[in-house]
Amino acid sequence: MTLIDLANPTRFLALSARVVPWLAAATVILLTIGLYQSATAPDDYQQGATVKIMFIHVPNAWLSMFVWGVMSVASLGTLVWRHPLADVAAKAAAPIGASFTFLALLTGSLWGRPMWGTYWEWDARLTSVLILFLMYLGLMALWRAVEDPSRAARAAAVLTLVGAINLPIIKFSVDWWNTLHQPASVMRMGGSTLDKSFLIPLLVMAVAFTLLFVTLHLAAMRNEILRRRVRSLQMMQASQKAA
Amino acid sequence: MTMSLGPYASFIVTSYAAAAIVVAILIGWVVLDYRNQARRLRELDRSGVTRRSGRSAVDTP
Repeated sequence: MTLIDLANPTRFLALSARVVPWLAAATVILLTIGLYQSATAPDDYQQGATVKIMFIHVPNAWLSMFVWGVMSVASLGTLVWRHPLADVAAKAAAPIGASFTFLALLTGSLWGRPMWGTYWEWDARLTSVLILFLMYLGLMALWRAVEDPSRAARAAAVLTLVGAINLPIIKFSVDWWNTLHQPASVMRMGGSTLDKSFLIPLLVMAVAFTLLFVTLHLAAMRNEILRRRVRSLQMMQASQKAA
Repeated sequence: MTMSLGPYASFIVTSYAAAAIVVAILIGWVVLDYRNQARRLRELDRSGVTRRSGRSAVDTP
């Protein structure tokens, strides 16, 4: 099966039905390993046990941007190639991305209070992530507000691509401005500054959360295809009754 | 084995609990939404509405 074959919603439904159970099982296994490693990781010499919040906070922060990136690629598919599943993919990803962004903000705040002495600071990193969260909510509202699905798809795709400008701002905010948030310590030139005892559980949790996203996204896309099928059948039923 | 979380245990436990709740809500949303759409398709199928391809409304692979 080639990638172009997946443009057919029926083929996508068949594939997702086969793949989702395996992805869910892999997610559970990796999350179990990651949570065990997180629980048994040593305390940090400065932060103590609060370093354990990192194993939840960082994967959610990564995914908050990754999901918007996925939605941006899907938006290109909507605007340029008019791919039949592109809007389905973007719309299904938005609530999941919003949830990860909410968790990144919440766990960051809960980590910040004991480490920085404050839950919130209007610095560049925190503010740009808050803007990302508000953009997710705005996109979800837009899809609900516009009744014509093709018009909603185009408007949402444009908004998603405009919002993608925020991604490099989030990533490099800690380098461009003087922020309370620490600079990059995993994905940086010269390698990670984290000790292996923290880096390994962090990477396992990051892969586990990414698998969780892929699983939920495929399942949510399946639901969105069924919702559109219901809508078109209801319209067909209404026109039959009117005739 | 006991795990000591130190003086900030409430912050750590709240972080993990919040993540668990949000993930549980996401899973619940996906499962309930699927059941809802499948039920609506079955109702349409029972009322005799079929897809343009001629296949049943509930004909999902």
